[in-house]
Amino acid sequence: MLAQVIFYALAALTVGSAGLVAFSRNIVYSAFALLGAFMGIVGIYILLAADFVAMVQLLVYVGGILVLTIFAVMLTAGIGDVKVSNRAVGTGPAIVVAGVAAIVMLYAVMRTQWHQAAAITPAPTTYAIGNAFLGDYVLPFEVASLVLLAALIGAIVISRHEVRE
Amino acid sequence: MHTLIENLIAWGVFGKNPPRDVVAAIVVFVMSLVVFLVVALPFGGIVTWVERRVWARIQSRVGPNRVGPQGFLQWLADGIKIVCKEDIIPDEADSRLFKMAPYLVMLAFVLPWAVMPFSSSLILADMNVGILYMTAVTALTVVGVLMAGWASNNKWSLIGGVRSAAQIVSYEIPAGLSIFPVVLMTGTLSMQGIIRGQGWAPQHWFLFANPFTFVAANILYMSSLAEANRTPFDLPEAESELVAGFATEYSGWRYACFSMAEWGNLFIVGAIITTLFLGGWQFPHVTNNVVAMNVLEVITFNVKVLFLVFVSMWIRATLPRVRIDQLMTTCWKYFVPIAFVNMIGTAVWVAIWPDGNVAMGYIMFAGAIVLGALFIQRVIYYLRRSRMEVYFNPTI
Repeated sequence: MLAQVIFYALAALTVGSAGLVAFSRNIVYSAFALLGAFMGIVGIYILLAADFVAMVQLLVYVGGILVLTIFAVMLTAGIGDVKVSNRAVGTGPAIVVAGVAAIVMLYAVMRTQWHQAAAITPAPTTYAIGNAFLGDYVLPFEVASLVLLAALIGAIVISRHEVRE
Repeated sequence: MHTLIENLIAWGVFGKNPPRDVVAAIVVFVMSLVVFLVVALPFGGIVTWVERRVWARIQSRVGPNRVGPQGFLQWLADGIKIVCKEDIIPDEADSRLFKMAPYLVMLAFVLPWAVMPFSSSLILADMNVGILYMTAVTALTVVGVLMAGWASNNKWSLIGGVRSAAQIVSYEIPAGLSIFPVVLMTGTLSMQGIIRGQGWAPQHWFLFANPFTFVAANILYMSSLAEANRTPFDLPEAESELVAGFATEYSGWRYACFSMAEWGNLFIVGAIITTLFLGGWQFPHVTNNVVAMNVLEVITFNVKVLFLVFVSMWIRATLPRVRIDQLMTTCWKYFVPIAFVNMIGTAVWVAIWPDGNVAMGYIMFAGAIVLGALFIQRVIYYLRRSRMEVYFNPTI
C-alpha cells in the first residue's frame, strides 16, 4: 500500500520535473529542474531494490551530468537574456516526431507481457553486477570504455590551446 | 533497525496488527529526526565555538569566553541572533531559486547521517552500498551552491559558486578513487562491513595495512577538506577576494543553513576517514554487557572523529590559502595519478596476500610512531630556540 503511494509520488516528481525541463521559458530553470527528474529516478530504483544502480545514478547523473549541464548553461554568454528554450522549436515537426514515438511506445507497452515480480526483498546486487560486467558482458563493457576514452581524447583535442611556433 | 521495528510491533505500541510498512516508515522517520536534532544540528553549532576557541589559542588570543562556562553557550547565542535576523532577498535576485538553494545544501548535509556508524548497533541504515551512498549524496551540495551563486545575481556569488562547483567536481575523483583500496581489501561497500574488516588495535587499521592505503587515507582526507570548502582550499568563500562567495547575499536563517552545513560537514569528513582507515568504533571486547559495549564504541568513534575535526581546525589556523591554478594542479596532476597507483598497488597487494600482511601493519605503525615522535621533537626544539612563552592552559 505504502509502496504504491511512494511510487506514485516519485513518478509525479519525475514526470513533473521532466515537464518543467521541457516547458520552462527560462533555460536555467530547465537545467535545475533536471535535479527533480534524476532524484525521482533514484527513488524509483531504490523502490525496486536496485541499491547499487540508484547510487550510481545519483553519483553520475546528479554529481556529474547535471552539474556539467548547469555549467554549460551558466557559462554560455547571454543565455539569460534570450530566454531560449525547447519551445522555440517548430511545432509541426515536433508533433509528428512525438506522435510517432508515442505510437511506437504505446504499441510496445501493449504488446509486452508484464511479469509480476513476487516480493522484492532487498538483497546485495553489487556482486552480481560486478560478475556480470567482468564475465558474460565483458566485451560490451570494454567497448563502452573505448567509446568513453575516445570522447575524452576528443574533448582534449578540441579544447587544447594551439601552440604555434 | 529491523529488530527495533519488530519489537515495537510485538509490544503492541501501534495496536493490534498494524500495517508493517507504515510502522517502519514512522519509526525510520522518528529515528532520523532524533539523530538529526540530537547529533547533527548541535554538532554544527558547538563546533563553531570549538573552532573559534582553538584558533584563538593557536593565534595567542582568548576567543569567545563570556556566554556560559568558557563561552560554551556562544553557539546558542549566535544561533538565536541569526534566526531573529531579517531574511533579506535582493530585488534583482531570482527569488524562487534563491530561497531553495540553502535547503539543497542542508539536504546534502543531512542525508549522510543515515549511514553514520556510531557503534556496532547504532546506525540508522546499514546499507549494502553505504560508502557509495555517502559520497553520492554529498554531490547534491554542488547543485545547491551553483543555485545560490546564480540566483543571487551578484558577480562575487556567481564566481564563488562556479569555483566551488569546479573544485568539488574535481576533488570527487581522487576522493572516490581513494575509497577503492579499502573496498578491494574488504570486498564490501557497507559501512559496518568495512569497520568489521579492521581491528581495534592500530596495526589492524587499514591506515597501516599497506603503504598504498596510508597514502590513500591522506589523499582522501585532503580531498574531503577540499570538498568541504575548508582552508587551504576555501577559494569559494575567499574573504579577501569574494566577500563570502556564494553566501554573500544571504542573511538570517538561510545563511545559517550554509554555515551549519559547512561546519557540520567536518564531522562527516572525519567519520568517512574514521570508518575507512581508523577502525571506526572497534573497541576491545571488555564486557559482555551490550549496552556498555555500545557506549564504549560510541565514545571511541567520536574521539577519532573529533581528533580529525581538530586537525582540520589546526590546518585552517596555520596554512594560507592556495591559488586556483595550484588547486587544480594539485588535484589533476598529483592526486589523481597517485590515487590510480594506490588502487593498482592495493589490488596487487591483495592478490599476493589475500588475508592481509600482519607484519606490515606492525612495521607501518612503528614507523608512524617514529614520525610522530620526530614531529614533537622538532616542535619542542623550535619552541625552545625561539624562547617563546607557551601557555598550555586552554581555559583562560
